[in-house]
Amino acid sequence: MKFDVNGETLEVSPRAGQSLRTLLRDNEHFEVKKGCDTGDCGACSVLVDGTPIHSCVYPAHRVAGRAVTTVAGLGTPEDLHPVQQRFVDAAGFQCGFCTAGMVVTASTLTDADPADLPRLMKGNLCRCTGYRAINDALHGVANVAKPGCAGRTAGAGSPAASGAGCAGHDGSGCLGPTPVIRSVGTSVRAPAGARIVTGQERYTLDLAMPGVLHLVVLRSPHAHARITSIDTAAAVALEGVAAVFTHENVPQTLFSTARHQNRTEDPDDTLILDSVVRFRGQRVAVVVAESLSIAEEACRLLDVTYHVLPANFDPSRAQEPGIPALHADKDSHVSRIADPARNLVAELHGEYGDLAKGLAAADVTVSGTWQTARISASALETHGTVGWLDDDGRLVLRTSSQVPFLVQTEIARIFDLELDRVRVFTTRVGGGFGGKQEIQTEDLVTLAVLATGRPVQYEMTRTDELTVVPCRHPMRTSVTLGATRDGRLTAVHVEVLSDTGAYGNHGPGTMFHGCAESVSLYNSPNKRVDAEAVYTNNMPSGAFRGYGLGQVIFGIESAMDDLAIALGMNPFDLRRLNAVGPNDPLVITHVEGDDLVFGGSYGLDQVLDLAQSALERGNGVSAPEGSAWKVGEGMATAMIATIPPRGHFAEASVTLGPDGVYTLSVGTAEFGNGTTTVHSQLAATALNTEPALLVIRQSDTDVVPYDTGAFGSAGTVVAGKAVLAAATALALKLRESVAALTGIPVEEWMLESDGLRSSDRFVPLAEVAAFAAPAATAALTPETVSIPGGRARVVATPDGITSTGEHDGAQRSLAFNVHAFRVAVNTGTGEIRILQSVHGADAGFVINPEQCRGQVEGGIAQGLGTAMFEELVIGDDGEVLTSVLRNYHLPSIADLPVTEVYFAETTDGLGPFGAKSMSESPYNPVPAALANAVRDAIGVRPHELPISRDRVWRLLHG
Amino acid sequence: MDLNTVADVIPARTRADLAVLGPTVAPLAGGSALYGEPQHHLTAIVDLLTMGWPSLTVTADGLEIAATCTLAELSRLPQQPGWAAQHAFFECCTALYGSFKVWNVATVGGNLSAALPAGPMTSLTSALDGEALVWRADGSDERMPVTRFITGNKTTVLEPGDVLRSITVPLESLLSRVAFRKIALSPLGRSGAVLLGRRSPAGAFVLTVTAGTVRPLQLRYETLPAAAQLAADVLAITEWFTDAHGAADWRRSVSALLAAEILEELA
Repeated sequence: MKFDVNGETLEVSPRAGQSLRTLLRDNEHFEVKKGCDTGDCGACSVLVDGTPIHSCVYPAHRVAGRAVTTVAGLGTPEDLHPVQQRFVDAAGFQCGFCTAGMVVTASTLTDADPADLPRLMKGNLCRCTGYRAINDALHGVANVAKPGCAGRTAGAGSPAASGAGCAGHDGSGCLGPTPVIRSVGTSVRAPAGARIVTGQERYTLDLAMPGVLHLVVLRSPHAHARITSIDTAAAVALEGVAAVFTHENVPQTLFSTARHQNRTEDPDDTLILDSVVRFRGQRVAVVVAESLSIAEEACRLLDVTYHVLPANFDPSRAQEPGIPALHADKDSHVSRIADPARNLVAELHGEYGDLAKGLAAADVTVSGTWQTARISASALETHGTVGWLDDDGRLVLRTSSQVPFLVQTEIARIFDLELDRVRVFTTRVGGGFGGKQEIQTEDLVTLAVLATGRPVQYEMTRTDELTVVPCRHPMRTSVTLGATRDGRLTAVHVEVLSDTGAYGNHGPGTMFHGCAESVSLYNSPNKRVDAEAVYTNNMPSGAFRGYGLGQVIFGIESAMDDLAIALGMNPFDLRRLNAVGPNDPLVITHVEGDDLVFGGSYGLDQVLDLAQSALERGNGVSAPEGSAWKVGEGMATAMIATIPPRGHFAEASVTLGPDGVYTLSVGTAEFGNGTTTVHSQLAATALNTEPALLVIRQSDTDVVPYDTGAFGSAGTVVAGKAVLAAATALALKLRESVAALTGIPVEEWMLESDGLRSSDRFVPLAEVAAFAAPAATAALTPETVSIPGGRARVVATPDGITSTGEHDGAQRSLAFNVHAFRVAVNTGTGEIRILQSVHGADAGFVINPEQCRGQVEGGIAQGLGTAMFEELVIGDDGEVLTSVLRNYHLPSIADLPVTEVYFAETTDGLGPFGAKSMSESPYNPVPAALANAVRDAIGVRPHELPISRDRVWRLLHG
Repeated sequence: MDLNTVADVIPARTRADLAVLGPTVAPLAGGSALYGEPQHHLTAIVDLLTMGWPSLTVTADGLEIAATCTLAELSRLPQQPGWAAQHAFFECCTALYGSFKVWNVATVGGNLSAALPAGPMTSLTSALDGEALVWRADGSDERMPVTRFITGNKTTVLEPGDVLRSITVPLESLLSRVAFRKIALSPLGRSGAVLLGRRSPAGAFVLTVTAGTVRPLQLRYETLPAAAQLAADVLAITEWFTDAHGAADWRRSVSALLAAEILEELA
């Protein structure tokens, strides 16, 4: 059949039953994305004869004779469609994976009633932004600076809105070159913006790989079973099947799917394929074939017999006698499992002071137990990897990962390969949020590539994401607080039970982190923590924004609210009275090590003031009319370390090439976190150039020697420090070189974007590079250049001058977040209307206000999803019942309020230019703040998330 | 998603072309439901759009809605004189979980045949006392109220080989005043309860309860009931169910509230 795509006629034969989405992608229209494949997320939206549709549920045969328009047909990076321009100007994206569908849909709505936009856009889901910036794009609001034009920094007390001003820091505007280009502190636009809004940015699986094989996984129908036999004969015999794998023909190396700088942080309890399945949906066998269709058919031909074993889904019973010990076959020390005999993965029991004495001394005590739900990270891009052998026979993995270097090392370990025989890289990643701090696909692709010698692709489905990809650990937190009559804490007791599911990936880490800054936030002479993480036959839990803190904070901050009520005290004042000050020790169960410091940037006092004053100021929004509506206010506080503990390493380099162009090489991954923009701003500021003039290479084990990866909010404060060191040293070296070239002293030279200038001379960058370059035969000896606060290695080669910086993240600072809500609650239906949402964020010096605001808003959005809507529901037999997006409610544009975001005015002594990380932490106080507001409105305390309408109703009527 | 077990797409042009339908051969209308979940049992699909059924036919007796009429077409039908109920067409479309882009392909017949409790075309056509015309596999025709066409959560009277041909809505229903209420666990989320009230020109009142119950249920009154009577009758319904879109006890309670609002609006 024939049809047109973006004006070009295609003559193709779609497969019977094929959807338009895959037909377009088969024809290299990679701008059409897969988010769900069920018609729910809108990432695949295209126009058919001008009518917008979801191409994943559109029969391909129906486009015969029709004209299809994708986002790439609307405009190009050089000639943007007006709606594409609006998304760029508004910074209406983070990872950008949903953007193609957003733009296509929005392009049909330019005449729509603005009040109707929430309904019209509800079928386009974004997991990153929280929609404020998308809403700005829909309404033509600009938030970023034009290229070459600095923006305005949001200061303390002013909303971080409209950072799109065009004034340079010296007030000279953008009419001409300014002597100093200081892009840090301005809302520089993301370098990939124009490519993202036109669908030109390539993500993990956006490539046509000739001869690629497809991989399909057969998954367990039982929550706990021993595989007694697998007959693969029929599958192997099917034409087009290249390989079949079972537990009998894979490496027997135990590992953890979780990845950390120190691999010993997670228990080695997982095999690529195991003879025992411990949750419903666990891998049983793998087929690799010429097409997905053949691989699926071969999977149906596998004949597996199971010996079904008893299963336990209740974490509170996991340690009881008679409950199956899921990993009793493992050695406690070798696998690092606290007690395999009773399903105990990790535990923390410790006391500071004397809890009993503290409780006895209290005038007031409160206590309660709070339960959080199982939450899916649900990045719009599902996990996927394509792997192949390069010309040198080296394994190459192009994968959707936050941690390419950690994947490289573990893949090499599992398959017993030399590190230099494995290259791992990412393109732009379509969202992560912790869910891609994992090996979920790379091991299987490696297995298949090594066995077949051919390229292999494995793309997980949305249902995989919702049923087998690790979710946020559900935690039960019991809190008892004691305080004196005037509100000073005398005792804090926190008990946590975390359900790590069938495997222990991130189980210890989230448990320890959950009980860390949540407990050390408050001064109390007596504290006790009893925390345990246990195995169950539920789907595995894993890393997700906040890494355990949000769950425990929900309990502690709810209890603090109860304490404020019991004392008759303002909840902001209760925090002011008890929170750690900049000179207080940090105590969990003992005084914390000196790697964690306030960094001279303590901002809790400011963010408490900012949130409280905003709430008191109000916003003019009143509750709906009617006696059923009750109004309440609530707040919660959170503290977070700016870097994960025990080391986070990054190397980064800046090269001035012979052509006079700078190339910035960084290891960390870009998945919408905006670190690419921040790194270009840091380097450009040090080199006094425009960020847009830098060529950026990133997230590739071939590009830099090492980077721990993009987690723990480390992109700005670790990789950013390495970038800044490299760029600063290079700037110094260039001035030294030009001084040597001209004989004019170093002090008289200043870098400009295209060269160096002294009072009466100008030398182009290319000339400096040529002068510094040695003859091809010259010995290359790196020179260590000392710069303020660090040093870098500089080496000149015929390819240019390269400066490499590094950072070890050993010293860590602390950041603070306060969220507050005013809500109206309908006592008849349980509906919660958010009337006002305010957030104070202590991010230190804010390098890119619009991006940082976006990170804060994205965290709040995921917090509200957790607080109000999201829950993976598991049935009696371990089946996840919420296996598609229509049954697992990711917040849509209609669900979220605009939050007033206020930044504290602090400057950190550790981070680059005084910046602190600000990505995970905004999530952490949100559920508790909402619960506290609901409590204030209806007089009944929520103890369980999500605070859905039916749960609120039951609090009142149940 | 791709239906990889499907080896054939058969365009249907006459009723005889439907003879191939059966347990492994399914009819295809808009595709948003069929292509929206795995269908590993299917070997072929029969495209109904090529039957060329007129989507909407206004007659002296009311409205005939072809099974292949899209939600978009239904929502855009020009206002017919005297049809006080017509605003509910658009309102019920807004109760679809899918976006307006799904309205462009999803069909009335497909929505009914999927028989999800939250199916808004079930809500609309049952509330208007619509009558379903089923083409049985044996070549016979059968007409039945929509409330009988839907038999439970994802079940209908359709057997393999049967096709839903159309829904006929009687004129009296279209001339009636109608009030629509929907609630979900999120502002525009998948419906937890959808209720429609209808007050005929002669004064009779019908309340149709959907989405919160496994199938559409109707409460009929000769005249407007007292609020307490209506509430008691709603609360006496027993077919509430629990899923990710709401707990049964909540659905029961909020349905009584929505019924009270409907009664007030139509008083």
